[in-house]
Amino acid sequence: MAAGILTIPRFVGRWTLDAASQVGRVSFLVADIIRSLSEVRVWFPRMMTEAWNIGVGSLFIVLLISGFAGAVTALQAQYQFTGTIPIYYLAGVIVVSIVLELGPVLTALVLAGRIGARYAAELGTMRVTEQIDALESLGRSPGSHLIVPRVVAGLIMIPALTVLADGMGILSGWFSMKLVLPITDADFAYGARYFWRPFNAPYSVIKAFFFAGAITVISCYMGFNTKQGAEGVGRSTTGAVVSSSVLILLLDVVLAKLLLKQ
Amino acid sequence: MIELRNVHKRFGSQVVLNGVDFNVREGETVALLGPSGTGKSVLLKHIIGLIRPDEGIVIVDGEEVGKLKRRELASMRSHIGYVFQNGALFDSMDVFENVRLGITDEDKYRDEPYCRGRVTECLKLVNLAPETMHKFPAELSGGMRKRVGIARAIAGSPKYLLYDEPTSGLDPVNADVIDSLVKRLDNELGVTSVMVTHDVRGAFRVADRLALLTGGQIVQQGTQEEFLASKNPKVQEFLERDFPDATFAA
Repeated sequence: MAAGILTIPRFVGRWTLDAASQVGRVSFLVADIIRSLSEVRVWFPRMMTEAWNIGVGSLFIVLLISGFAGAVTALQAQYQFTGTIPIYYLAGVIVVSIVLELGPVLTALVLAGRIGARYAAELGTMRVTEQIDALESLGRSPGSHLIVPRVVAGLIMIPALTVLADGMGILSGWFSMKLVLPITDADFAYGARYFWRPFNAPYSVIKAFFFAGAITVISCYMGFNTKQGAEGVGRSTTGAVVSSSVLILLLDVVLAKLLLKQ
Repeated sequence: MIELRNVHKRFGSQVVLNGVDFNVREGETVALLGPSGTGKSVLLKHIIGLIRPDEGIVIVDGEEVGKLKRRELASMRSHIGYVFQNGALFDSMDVFENVRLGITDEDKYRDEPYCRGRVTECLKLVNLAPETMHKFPAELSGGMRKRVGIARAIAGSPKYLLYDEPTSGLDPVNADVIDSLVKRLDNELGVTSVMVTHDVRGAFRVADRLALLTGGQIVQQGTQEEFLASKNPKVQEFLERDFPDATFAA
């Protein structure tokens, strides 16, 4: 009985120590990233390759998902609000919900799976096959060769993809509304403008920037600290996707609270 | 000169190195022998600062490795070539890019014609045709991968070469080829080498001096003759399989 009672504080203690150690190691990684930024001629060419891979490789899936999200939002808004509010209000609902929420969050969650898993698996495999040790043994910094190019590419491309996702979502919502409701283009544009606030677009990009930081730093950290062979790579990969997805949702709440004020 | 003084290392509850004293003088080739899993690779990684000791110090050219700052450590590493057990080639790069990364001088690394020449030269030194440089690691055999690993290690003209089990996993013919290569490189490049191995015959063929690591400690260091004449039962046990006819001093 006493042993059972002691188990909970012991578990909490271990969990706290483990969490503190993880936070400490992530902080070291961030410090290493900042330090490695000075080695521009090392990371810049690699960053361009990574940015191309992220951008081109993710464009189709991002546009597909945001297109469907826009269409579904339009159809559900039509189902929910027809007959209760003026039709042009729906345009405002669609545009604002896509730009403020669906565009950045859905894009980030998709990219957490696509880019986060890829980064964690690549770096994890490099770790367990001693490629990262080999890089260090050559006097080269894994920070500037491996981490910074991936993080910077993500910080540039994920907000860019989010802007495209926002655009695609609005377009698809617009066409979907036209299919099911007697709304003109002028009504849609009027409704969209009526509810639009100038901060909406920057807010979408700011959110995407924070989400990009979460995805890239967490997945690089997970991959970089992989242990125990193939099983470890699998664990790092799933860990990277789950952790960055949770962090995205957490940041979503925090940023809404901090940045969206009347 | 490389020197390890009273180095201790443990991973969790497992003690790997338990007060290791080991030194390598300029220009010599030392083979570090020992059964599998005794910490030979761990010891080698201490020399290049990939692992830090829990206790004790590692000195390379008069500098204590554990006290070096980031840039100083990178500079020290640029004078050391490290050959990994499984090659540790970058699988997303072709052989040319892999060997090129071994050119540690950043200005020379950016000089494309110099790199082409240097990579070709290094591949020739390890008996690989220049055409190999367009292949990816996945297209190479185990022996070729090891040789590309050696080419990468020598590309920066290092002062020291550290070999981690260069012949493990190879058939006897290829193992002999790698041993001869190590010997030839030591003679032609005049480097100081440390070779971790459990291949006793290969070690006797290549090394000027041998050391036996077992139980977390160096139990014997000396020349081949001193090893063969050793009364230490651990040394005798280790050599018996490869030298059954040796008359150990009883």
